Amino acid sequence: MNEKHERKSAARAASPKVVGRVIRYMLHYYKIPFFFVIVCIVITAVATVVGATFPQTLVDDYITPMLKNGSRDFSGLASQIVRLACIMAVGVITAFTYNRIMVNVGQGTMRRLRDDLFARMESLPIKYFDTHAHGDIMSVYTNDVDTLRQLLSQSIPQIINSVISMAATFITMIILNPALTVISILTALSMLLVTSNFSKLSAKYYVHQQMDLGAVDGFIEEMLDGQKVVKVFCHEEAAMRDFHEVNERLRNSADMANRYANLLMPINANIGWISYALVSIVGAILGINGLAGVTIGTVVTFVGLNKSFTNPITQVSQQINFVVNAAAGAQRVFDLMDEEPEKDEGYVELVHAKEDENGNLTESPVRTNQWAWRHPHRAEGTVTYQRQEGGVVFDDVDFGYDEDKIVLHNITLYAKPGQKIAFVGATGAGKTTITNLINRFYDIADGKIRYDGININKIKKPDLRRSLGMVLQDTHLFTGTVMDNIRYGKLDATDEECIRAAKLANADGFIRRLPDGYNTMLTGDGANLSQGQRQLLAIARAAVADPPALILDEATSSIDTRTEKLVQAGMDALMKGRTTFVIAHRLSTVKNSDCIMVMEQGRIIERGTHDELIAAKGKYYQLYTGNFAA
Amino acid sequence: MRKVLQQLKQYKRDTFQCIGLTALEVVMEILMPFITAIIIDRGLEAGNLSVVYRYGGLMVVMAFLALCFGAFAGKKAAAAASGFGANLREAIYTNIQTFSFSNIDKFSVPGLVTRMTTDITNVQNAFMMVIRVAVRAPLNLIFSFAMCLIINRHLSLMFLIAVVFLVIVIGSIMVVTMRIFRQVFRRYDDLNASVQENVTAIRVVKAFVREDYENRKFSKASRMLYDLSVKAEGLLAFNNPAMMIAVYFCIISASWLGAQFIVGGSLTTGDLTSLFSYIMSLLMSLMMLSMIVVMISMSMASIRRISEVLSEEADLTDPEDPVMEVADGSIDFNDVNFSYKHGSGKNSLSDIDLHIKSGETIGVIGGTGSGKSTLVNLICRLYDVDGGSVCVGGVDVRKYDTEVLRNQVSVVLQKNTLFSGTILDNLRWGNPDATREECIEACKAACADEFIDRMPAGYDTVIARGGANVSGGQKQRLCIARALLKKPKVLILDDSTSAVDTSTDANIRAAFAREIPGTTKIIIAQRISSVQSADRILVLDNGRINAFDTHDNLLKTNAIYQEIYTSQLEGSGDFDQPA
Repeated sequence: MNEKHERKSAARAASPKVVGRVIRYMLHYYKIPFFFVIVCIVITAVATVVGATFPQTLVDDYITPMLKNGSRDFSGLASQIVRLACIMAVGVITAFTYNRIMVNVGQGTMRRLRDDLFARMESLPIKYFDTHAHGDIMSVYTNDVDTLRQLLSQSIPQIINSVISMAATFITMIILNPALTVISILTALSMLLVTSNFSKLSAKYYVHQQMDLGAVDGFIEEMLDGQKVVKVFCHEEAAMRDFHEVNERLRNSADMANRYANLLMPINANIGWISYALVSIVGAILGINGLAGVTIGTVVTFVGLNKSFTNPITQVSQQINFVVNAAAGAQRVFDLMDEEPEKDEGYVELVHAKEDENGNLTESPVRTNQWAWRHPHRAEGTVTYQRQEGGVVFDDVDFGYDEDKIVLHNITLYAKPGQKIAFVGATGAGKTTITNLINRFYDIADGKIRYDGININKIKKPDLRRSLGMVLQDTHLFTGTVMDNIRYGKLDATDEECIRAAKLANADGFIRRLPDGYNTMLTGDGANLSQGQRQLLAIARAAVADPPALILDEATSSIDTRTEKLVQAGMDALMKGRTTFVIAHRLSTVKNSDCIMVMEQGRIIERGTHDELIAAKGKYYQLYTGNFAA
Repeated sequence: MRKVLQQLKQYKRDTFQCIGLTALEVVMEILMPFITAIIIDRGLEAGNLSVVYRYGGLMVVMAFLALCFGAFAGKKAAAAASGFGANLREAIYTNIQTFSFSNIDKFSVPGLVTRMTTDITNVQNAFMMVIRVAVRAPLNLIFSFAMCLIINRHLSLMFLIAVVFLVIVIGSIMVVTMRIFRQVFRRYDDLNASVQENVTAIRVVKAFVREDYENRKFSKASRMLYDLSVKAEGLLAFNNPAMMIAVYFCIISASWLGAQFIVGGSLTTGDLTSLFSYIMSLLMSLMMLSMIVVMISMSMASIRRISEVLSEEADLTDPEDPVMEVADGSIDFNDVNFSYKHGSGKNSLSDIDLHIKSGETIGVIGGTGSGKSTLVNLICRLYDVDGGSVCVGGVDVRKYDTEVLRNQVSVVLQKNTLFSGTILDNLRWGNPDATREECIEACKAACADEFIDRMPAGYDTVIARGGANVSGGQKQRLCIARALLKKPKVLILDDSTSAVDTSTDANIRAAFAREIPGTTKIIIAQRISSVQSADRILVLDNGRINAFDTHDNLLKTNAIYQEIYTSQLEGSGDFDQPA
């Protein structure tokens, strides 16, 4: 029900205006080349018209007179033909020129569109990715951008060409006989009417087609990602059934979309013939009765002109399905482009700093071991520097992923610089959510979060995030070598730095055992590594970044305890002197924390050091002691 | 190509109807010039109104008929093409279902997705184009050339030169571009992979503030795609001018020679005029053919990619005469060697000789990358061994019907997935016929019952894509319940309780012992507590068996086991309490 409604409203949204927007987008980058293309098309069209009318000239001006006076002097004709050949040569050259330029314009526009699309996607808030099927987002790149190719490289030049030849023919017709022109205009109008109606119908289904394509995309992606589970459960047949359903929907919308588009050509071509018959009949009646200044000669010429007037419309209608398909695709492309990017009103920046003899902080152009917050004061026009220390304060924070469903309540906590703060609690208690608030993946509903005393809303997001190293619960790796993946933390890190970080995370051992060591290519999100190996790489990646503060979200959950013991030493070295937020369900990981927050259903229910919590004999005590015996 | 076309199936009829109807339409079109000639010569020129009326009327009727034929042909074309596309998608998807794990590893998910969407759309559009023009162009071509021959053989030879020129030029352009297009599509895959990576790993990108870096990386990839596409389409830009050269050559030669023939008396003016119109339609149909060739050549790359998947044969095939019953849950590894990259010399498992009795509970423990998952993946034949054999119930797993084997050997994978649908839907993956009661029973054994009951819609709660709305521990418990519903003879838990707290973990194991005592249970875990009550514990190290004994004995004799034990001894509990 809801889906149907969505489909409907989206179908209405794809209007011809979208095509205009595509063209404006193209013009933005390719104004001059496109202008040149139009000039070339005009020249080509003129050459074509000259070529097409030459036989008439040939018969009237050369053959008939030659037959009359029996002369056999072809020199006049020869020079005429040479001139014609020159015009044609120019036509061929301009035709090649505009075709060639259009390749660059079309492909270039698509490239820029892809780049812009990607850049916009990267700037979208996390929430967007939470609420949209990944396959559907992918489909915008694979299916929707692609619909523009035909539009840009063929349809647009073709349409311009057609309009130009129609205009030329129209002027000739008016000059020849305005009365008969009326019939041609009526024909043209009825063709345009047919075209616009059918293309509207067709457009509606093309929008459905692109949406269904997105749905198929999403379905395939979800199922293929879980394909191993499908296999283990011999669930192939059921998966087929479900696939059949989405596939059938796509087949249907594709059928409908193409059906209406396919009707256009035969209808318009034959309206052209009907108009031919009408002009002949009316022309004959007028001509034989000598009305409206019509002679038989005019009629003969006019039926020909009429044909060249209606032909372009037929040709354009052939392009219509590309245009409407492109409109449907472009709509989805622009929908993504128009998504609101992450807002960043921050103005406080993180800079390298050094301290002079008097203890004053100044900005340093080179990397130092000291970071500072650069705090410009707009009112006074001054800049102050504040030492980056890593103190984080939550002051009565509420948060909900949906505005009306609060999942974190009254969170108040203090992390003094250099402290290790641990969050423990059941999955779903809100541990990850808290850390996602510190780096502003999500914005809080109420309360305040301060970082070194600065409201985090005032800190530029990139700087805020740079100051917080993160090892996430779900490890994601990128296509590239192992070295590339570690270097992701600090792009200018040397190989030695990367290897040092790997050693710190105790990843060096297994990396060296990989077929190509540090140069082993990882593909498909590191599919060839085990979960634990991936986590070790993620830790190395965070280590090389050398951030002032750290967030470790279940960073070692898939590492066996024996290896963890080894990693732990590295991790402790990494955490030394940095404020660290640790999320873990293994209590051994958090035992040495300065403060442990025990969370339950979005609230902090206990807090204190390990010893304090044990002494308090609360929830923590219960779990800590009741565990190993089980 | 043949493999792809075979998927036309039930839409063959629509295809042929479309071609037949188009043929009728073309006949009408070919007749039209004759009627116009009659209208002009006998009607207008002769001032004969009744001829104009009669043939004008006939023209309207014919146009109407042609319209009907054309419209129906278009409808059939749409039905045939969209049906063809749907069949192709279905065929690919069906074939993917037969793939083994190593087949799946070979094709990337984005690669498969592009094949099933972009590539098939390309083929579908090309197919529609082809069947609509397939008759039109050749019919027009043959008819026009025949007319030219009838009018003047000498001039027709000149046209033949133009035709040959066009065929050669366009043909060679096609050959070269096709090769480039193949590369273009490979770049497409790379680009899509890069997008997919960013969509799934957006948190990492943002956490490291790597948006600009990713943008640059993407720009580079899209630049490469652009360069190649421009190269390919730049060649195609020669098509149109080549066509014009041919047309102009014909016009000029017809004008020059025609004028001489007319003056020489071997040709009439009327003939020359008709010649011009036939040349135009001849070259027009050539143009149409060249458009088809472009379409086909562009879709050739797609066709090849589609048939790659279609003809990929599952490398794990069922034997000729499969064993349809698993006798019991005993498992034997006889000197097994296995490598993911066959023949690379880097074995993931070496010299595994292992014998497990039916109904035993076996713990497997070992460091990251020691081969624990690989070992169990061989039991339900997700991969085939390189050397030695794996037997279940005393029979080599390669002799079983795969479905029978996998129904009896139930695995809860380490990287497990729930699918969008209700909890019940997901559970019934284990057994489609399971009643609600059976599902609840299984959930109780997996200790999933308690949290499901507290969910808003209980067992009918809808799981979001990828199980986003349940916690890790809850997901694992649901996956265990799902596996239990199969009532298997062998149950394998591949680190499936890592996010479940220790007491629930213990409860689950207790339930196993109570509910399914006859089932062989293999438990891979990192926690000693998860395996210590097992009958025997297998310690793996670097793909080899380090020890295989009871908890007590291992504690006394095995160094690795001792080390793991001490590392967990104190306060290594989990805080992941039942939510």
